[in-house]
Amino acid sequence: MHFFEDIKVGQRRELGSFTFTADGIKAFAAKFDPQRFHLDEEEGRKSLFGGLAASGWHVGSACMKLLVADGQRQASEAAARGEKVAVWGPSPGFRELRWIRPVLAGDTISFASEIESLRTSSSKPQWGILEARNTGANQRGEPVFSMLAIAFVPRRSSTA
Amino acid sequence: MSPIMNTLAFEDFSPGPLGRFGPRHVTAEEIRAFAAEFDPQPMHLDEEAASRSMLKGLAGSGWHLCSIIMRMMFDGFVGRTASLGSPGVNELRWLAPFRPGDDITLDVEVVEARASRSRPTTGIVTLRAVASNASGQALCEMVSPIIVLRRDEAATG
Repeated sequence: MHFFEDIKVGQRRELGSFTFTADGIKAFAAKFDPQRFHLDEEEGRKSLFGGLAASGWHVGSACMKLLVADGQRQASEAAARGEKVAVWGPSPGFRELRWIRPVLAGDTISFASEIESLRTSSSKPQWGILEARNTGANQRGEPVFSMLAIAFVPRRSSTA
Repeated sequence: MSPIMNTLAFEDFSPGPLGRFGPRHVTAEEIRAFAAEFDPQPMHLDEEAASRSMLKGLAGSGWHLCSIIMRMMFDGFVGRTASLGSPGVNELRWLAPFRPGDDITLDVEVVEARASRSRPTTGIVTLRAVASNASGQALCEMVSPIIVLRRDEAATG
């Protein structure tokens, strides 16, 4: 993972893709979001979604899964180069999350993350705050998911 | 019992407190299982690594807490609401870590209820939900709209 000083607005990372199977959609929904259009194909077809649709929280969690894997990849690459690895802080939250289109059984969603803003924190001088637009698009290239994630990132100067 | 009589329609939502739901008990096994699948960071998986993290002990993934909040809203009222789903989340804040053994309570209020212009058979109900632990510490706050059928549509639909 990068330090605050290494990050620039506009930097974009492709995070990889996640396929939503009917079984996966139903298993998540049965635990966390058992609305009928997330559990049953026929109910999904009759709903606004037009098919068995993944819970929006399943879509967000899949994006998190790929963000974590990407972060771990970057950290091991930095470690392999002998660089110090930045440990990011816990996220304080997000804004502007949009479930733009339904994610249906069989869809493969490709996620990406782009840095939208960077600022330093006056109350926490060892940390910077970034906002990143995390997005997902389906196999037809149609946007399905967007959110503005907020993260605390350590400043390099604080560890010098 | 008529399912229509039990179904909450747009007209049933007006600004103000909607209810308190839960408590929902969370175990360490659930926290590790969710994290292993969706958020495999050490502070969500491993006691020893978690004790050295900024969260100072094993804590659940924020997305796990979001998902638990969704389930508590379903059990509390969404499951008997003529809801068509949600377009998104305006704002969500993770305020404090949630821990193994926490009993989570959810307070929900209606912030706004307005008729939809683009889809006149529905209304948009904006909810604020705050999840707290047993000692009353707020863990997560979210503001999110849901789309709900109007009474006539819920009755005929």
